[in-house]
Amino acid sequence: MAVALAPGQSPAASEDRPRDIVAPVVFGDVIFRGILRAAGLTVLLITGLILIFLVFRATGALRAAGLGFFTTSTWFISTNQFGIAAILPLGILAALIALVIAVPVGIATALFISEYAPPRLRRALIAMIDLMAAVPSIIVALFAVFFVMPRILGFDSWLSHHLAFIPLFRFRLSNYPGEYANATFIAGVAVALLVIPIVASLSRQVFSQAPQGEREAAYALGSTRWGMIRTVVLPYGRSGMIGASMLGLGRALGETIVMSFILSPAFIFNYHVLESGGNSVTVMIANHFFVAGAKEISALMAGGLVLFVMTLMVNTFAAMIISRSRSGATASAD
Amino acid sequence: MLTHETQPAGPAGAAPAGTAPGPAGAAPAGTAPGPAPAAPPAETKVRIPKVTPTGAATVAGAAMGALGLVWVLYERVLPFSGVLGFWLSWYVVFLLLYASMARMQWDTRDVSHRVALVAVTTGGALAVIIVIGQVLFVVARGIRAAWHLNFWTQSMAFAGPLQPLSAGGVLHAIVGTLEQIGLGTLFSVPLGLLAAMFLAEVGGRMARPIRTIVEAMTALPDVIAGLFVYALFILTLGMQKSGLAAALALAVTMMPIVARASEVVIRLVPGTLREASYALGSSQWRTVLNVVLPTARAGLATAVVLAMARGIGETAPVLVVSGVTKEMNFNPLHGPQMSLPLFIWEYAHIEAVNQTIVTRAFGAGVALVLIVLLLFALARRLGGSAPGQLSRRQRRLLARQGARV
Repeated sequence: MAVALAPGQSPAASEDRPRDIVAPVVFGDVIFRGILRAAGLTVLLITGLILIFLVFRATGALRAAGLGFFTTSTWFISTNQFGIAAILPLGILAALIALVIAVPVGIATALFISEYAPPRLRRALIAMIDLMAAVPSIIVALFAVFFVMPRILGFDSWLSHHLAFIPLFRFRLSNYPGEYANATFIAGVAVALLVIPIVASLSRQVFSQAPQGEREAAYALGSTRWGMIRTVVLPYGRSGMIGASMLGLGRALGETIVMSFILSPAFIFNYHVLESGGNSVTVMIANHFFVAGAKEISALMAGGLVLFVMTLMVNTFAAMIISRSRSGATASAD
Repeated sequence: MLTHETQPAGPAGAAPAGTAPGPAGAAPAGTAPGPAPAAPPAETKVRIPKVTPTGAATVAGAAMGALGLVWVLYERVLPFSGVLGFWLSWYVVFLLLYASMARMQWDTRDVSHRVALVAVTTGGALAVIIVIGQVLFVVARGIRAAWHLNFWTQSMAFAGPLQPLSAGGVLHAIVGTLEQIGLGTLFSVPLGLLAAMFLAEVGGRMARPIRTIVEAMTALPDVIAGLFVYALFILTLGMQKSGLAAALALAVTMMPIVARASEVVIRLVPGTLREASYALGSSQWRTVLNVVLPTARAGLATAVVLAMARGIGETAPVLVVSGVTKEMNFNPLHGPQMSLPLFIWEYAHIEAVNQTIVTRAFGAGVALVLIVLLLFALARRLGGSAPGQLSRRQRRLLARQGARV
């Protein structure tokens, strides 16, 4: 029987051919995936549009000021003598102060929630951190200006008297409380209130993913809880903590409202952070936008462009570090 | 997750247990009279007390000692001043005292464990105190304005800056805030959800850079969103400063927040549910629409509400594009429209010439905090159940449908 059939024409062969296991793509799915992909690309498009339009609107000012935009400290629009040489570093300085305060507190909070708190308290505390992230920055600004600032002046004076050997804390003005107000240091403290929840919630997520087996191994070797944290949780969460801190830096660099409430604008770069006066690009935008003419708006757009590029770079780098620490961001339930 | 492992084992393990009571079956029957040879005494769980009297006394002693020492040094001996400095010095002295007192009683490992415990706990407590302190402070300062009924029923149109708190209110700002956040949600949620579905369900080569950009955009300087809307819609397309422009700016800041939070929630939907749907022969869009999204509904609602709570407090984007007014403006498409954050900005920063005006700003702060807290409570309520877990209402609905069939 088998001899009778010519090879290639056997009906048995066509019956026994293994079934195609790749499901045919339905037409609906093609459209569906197309829509989703378009939405994903729209996100990229919006980021690109922000960049394009800021560049487009900033060219006027950049052409007028030339390279001086990056080397000039003053802000005289009509004579083309304006730039961000003082404004930008002052803002970065305030953001760094915020980070120095927020990172230890945020990481301690994250450790407390993920390692020490009893389970019932843990849920409440996580909600608390979420709430802290949701407190509007203008409420934080009210709190900072009307509650923190009057109470911090004495501390400022203490710092300037006893830590003056650190150049950062040197104070060259007269020792009168008003001379301490509206300073970069106070702005940094206030912005820290906004950065703490970011650092805390991101590092908590990373800490809670530290492998259970290694934790138990540390305990089995006789470690105390702190020993376990030091040898298992912290090394595991290191890149997550770095990423969280950088994302916090991005947030601090872009903070507008709290900074403009506190700082009295200065146009000379001054690293003595206790002395009254400070600035940042965001403060310039918030304070000047209402009264600005076309040329100044263009100048503010240029400042915004520099800020946008800087924070986007910091944040992207942070997001990459975080996603790598989460081993590919594929946190799935099963 | 656990049920997947135990369920298949269930019937297999139950069969031998039913036929022949093994040692596993005998254990709970220890009370039954039987030939159990020398039944071991009932085991009591040894609980190691976490708080011992000595430990508590050491913490309390260090705290009191530090308080006394700092008070003497700070207030009497050295020329220091300031409440904040006092408590900061107290904390440092407390930690040092505690460490040395612990060193006298326990070994080094134990000391570092205990000091770390105290330090970390204060970190957590500090965060809680800050949140509660902020809310309470704003309420305490603003209650004098929010006390008046007219504060909630009037705009500032007929109230001059120097008039007492019994005239004028924030109704125009509340209306503006609600309209702007509503429109902003309308613009940002569909796009954010679709982008999240793309990241979680489709993936592919583009998913990674898009996820990175979304994550970076969540911490985008909020003022940049305002600048972008100003540059695109007002300068280029010739729109006016209006509530709509503010809503667009809010949408730009909210969209990445929605996308990121929703992606996390969609990823939590068990893959087995998807596979079951595919095995029944449904296509991908049917699976996503009928299985994934309904399963993740509670979490998605939480993500949206949290994004709204974040968006509602954004001042900087609104500041640049919405314009300031004292009048009621119901129409977001035309003319400047006030919002609560902008109201606070205007009255606590720009026009803060006397105490009454600042109190008005704090009153608006009370309204804003109330809205945020309401949204937040709503999010907690919605997000109470994990994906796949049915709420009581859903279960009742299913039971009714089952009865009908």
